[in-house]
Amino acid sequence: MDHELYRAMAQSIIDGDADLAEQLARQAVDTGIHPLEAINKGFVTGVNHVGDQFSCGAAFLPELVMAGEAMKRAVSALEPEMVKRGARRQVYGKVVLATIHGDIHDIGKTLVGTMLTASGFQVFDLGVDVPIESILAKAEEVGADIIAVSALLTTTMVRQRDLIKAADERGLRPKVKVMVGGAPVTREWVAEIGADGYSEDAIGAVKIAKQLLSIPA
Amino acid sequence: MAGKIKSITNPKLKLHILTPEEVGQIHTATLDIIENVGVRFPSRAALDIWEENGASVNQETSIVKAPGALIEAALKNAPPAYSLSARNTEQDLSLDGNHVFLGTDGCGVEVIDIETGQRRRSAWQDVADIARVADCLEEIAFHWVAVSAQDCAPERRGLEELRAVWGSSTKHVQTESIYSAREAQAAVEMAAMIAGGREVLRQRPVLSIMQCTAPPLGQDGGSLDAALIAAEAGLPVGFMTMAACLTTGPASMAGTLAVGNAEVISALALIQLAHPGTPVFYAAAQTASDPRTGAYTGGGPEDFLFGAATNVLADFYDIPLSMGSFATGAKEPNWQAGVDNSLSTFMSSVAMSDMLLGVGLLHGSRIWSYEQMLMDCEIFNTIHKMIGGIPINEETLALDTIRAVGPGGNFLAQKHTRKHMRDLFLPEYMDRRPYNEWEEKGDGARDWARARAQQILATHQPDPLDPRLSAELKRIIASVEAS
Repeated sequence: MDHELYRAMAQSIIDGDADLAEQLARQAVDTGIHPLEAINKGFVTGVNHVGDQFSCGAAFLPELVMAGEAMKRAVSALEPEMVKRGARRQVYGKVVLATIHGDIHDIGKTLVGTMLTASGFQVFDLGVDVPIESILAKAEEVGADIIAVSALLTTTMVRQRDLIKAADERGLRPKVKVMVGGAPVTREWVAEIGADGYSEDAIGAVKIAKQLLSIPA
Repeated sequence: MAGKIKSITNPKLKLHILTPEEVGQIHTATLDIIENVGVRFPSRAALDIWEENGASVNQETSIVKAPGALIEAALKNAPPAYSLSARNTEQDLSLDGNHVFLGTDGCGVEVIDIETGQRRRSAWQDVADIARVADCLEEIAFHWVAVSAQDCAPERRGLEELRAVWGSSTKHVQTESIYSAREAQAAVEMAAMIAGGREVLRQRPVLSIMQCTAPPLGQDGGSLDAALIAAEAGLPVGFMTMAACLTTGPASMAGTLAVGNAEVISALALIQLAHPGTPVFYAAAQTASDPRTGAYTGGGPEDFLFGAATNVLADFYDIPLSMGSFATGAKEPNWQAGVDNSLSTFMSSVAMSDMLLGVGLLHGSRIWSYEQMLMDCEIFNTIHKMIGGIPINEETLALDTIRAVGPGGNFLAQKHTRKHMRDLFLPEYMDRRPYNEWEEKGDGARDWARARAQQILATHQPDPLDPRLSAELKRIIASVEAS
C-alpha cells in the first residue's frame, strides 16, 4: 500500500506535477507516514530519476525545473508535520543567493536557485539589485555555507570583487565560500578576484557547490 | 578621406515568412499582453508618462497595462524613415526600408589579441582599435561599442567607449552601453559637441541609443531613463528584445515573438508619448535557449527565422529595424560560426532589416575576434551579391557571344567575358588554391583575415577629431561624478 504511494510520489516528480505532489504529501501525512519516509522513499526517487535522465541527455532543462518545483511543493506540504515530529530534512548546505546591486537580471540566478534547491541545498534567494551589505548580513544571519552572486553587466560584475573583499574583512571567509556567475564572468576573472568557484550554467553551479562543500557528486 | 559604405539595396530576392493575417494575429496577441498582462516599467519618469496618458499603473509593482488603442495611436507618431548621421556627412545612413547596413557586434568582454592570439579582458584601447578597423572597412556602416572598456571606471565606462569610437572613426555610432540618466545626459552633450550644437544634433543625430528590454515583459529602469533623455534630445532610440524560447519566452516561436513584440512596442510607445515624432527603431535578437542547459545559443534555425520575421513586424509598425544577426555561439571562427553567421545574416538581409548587428564577436557576443570580423564582412559580401539576384536582359543573356563561341569552344577570350568577369564574386577568405599548395603552406582563411586586420591597424588613419573637440569630450566625461 505504502509502496504504491511512494511510486506515485516519485512519478508526480517525474511528471513535474506540483499539484499532485502536494496532494500525495498531504495524503501521506493523513495516513501517518513519516514525512522523511515520504521524502526519501517517494519524492527523492523521482528527483534522482529525472537527474539521471538529464545527465544522459534524455531529459531537458524544463523537466528538471518542474521536478524541482514539484519537490519544493511536496516538501513544504510535509513541513508542518516534520516540525510536529521534530524531524529535520538533511540539507547539503545553506546558500545565500542574489543578483548584485545595480543589476536586475534574474533568470540565470533564479535557475541556479531552483537547481540547488532540487539538489538538496537550502537556498535563500534575496532577488535582484541586492546591496553587498544585505547579502553578507543574510549570510551571517542564517549561517550560510555558500554565497552565490550573479551579475550580467561588466559594470556590475566589478562588485563581485567588492563583495569578496567585504566578506574577507568581516572574517566570513574561508568558512563561507563565494561562488560567482553571469555572462561576462570568466575563469580569469574568478581567479583575479579570488572567488571560490563559478559556473557558466545552473547545472554546473550545483556541481561546484557540492565540490566546495566536499559533497560526493 | 572617408571611405564609401556598402549596403544591400534594391533586393531581387524575396522571402515570404508571415502572411498579413499571421502578422495581425501576432499584433492582436501583443496588444492583449500589454493591456491585460502588462509590462514592467521600473522608472518614475516612465510611470508618470503612462499615468498621464491614461494607462493603468501599479505603483508598487511598476506594471503598466495600456489599452491597445493608446499603443497604436502612439506608434503612429513614429517617423517611418530617417537618417543616421555620421561625423562625415557622406557616411550618413538612410533608414528608408531599401537599405541594409551592417554594424559591429557588442558588447564583448574579452578580445583575442591580434598579436599574441591569446584571449584577454577587453580594454579601452580595444574599443578604439576595433572602431579604427571598422572605419576602414566599407562593409561596416556604423558602430556598436564592440567590447567593454573594462579599464575605465564603471560610472564613466559607456562615455569613455563613445570617446574611443568617435576618436577612431567618422561613421555613425549606435551605443548599447549607456544605461543611466546621468550617462545619457553626458552622452547627449558629447554628441552635441560632435554635431555642432543641440539643434544641429536634432537634425544630424551622430549618435543613436539602443536599450535592451528585460524579458519577459519588463524594462530596465536606468535604460528607460536614458532612452527618455536621448529622445528628448532628438536622438534615434531603439529597444531590443532578446526573448528566448524556453526561458524568457514560451517554447513556441510565435509566443516568443509576441512577448518580445510587447516589450519593444510598449517601450517605443512610451517614447512617442513622451516625445512624439522621435525617430525610433525596433531592435531584436530573439533566440531559443538550449533545451538541455537553458544556455544562450547564439545560433540555430529559430534565430534565423526570428531574423526574417521581426522585419515583417517592424514593417507592420512602419519603423526601421536593427536586427541581431552574426554573433555566433561558436568559441572560435569555425564551421559553426560560418553556418550561424551566414544563415542568420541571409535571413535578416533578405527581409531587408535596416540595420544588422553582430560582426566580430564569438561565444554568444562575449569574445572579440578580428579574424571573425573580416570573415563576417565576407559573409555580408556574399549575401550582398546573392540578394542582387540574376539580372536578365539582352546584355546578360549574351546571345551574340554564345553564337560566336558555338558548341565545344570556350568563353575565356571573348570581349563580353572581359567586360563582365569582374561582376563575378571573388572571395578573400575562401580557399580555392590547388590541393598541393594548401598542403604545403598550411595556412587558411583565419590567417589571411588576421593579416588583413593587422595591415589595417598598422596603416589606416581615420580623420582625426579636432584636438579641442577631443578635449571637450574628455571634460564632459570627467564631469560625471562617481556614484
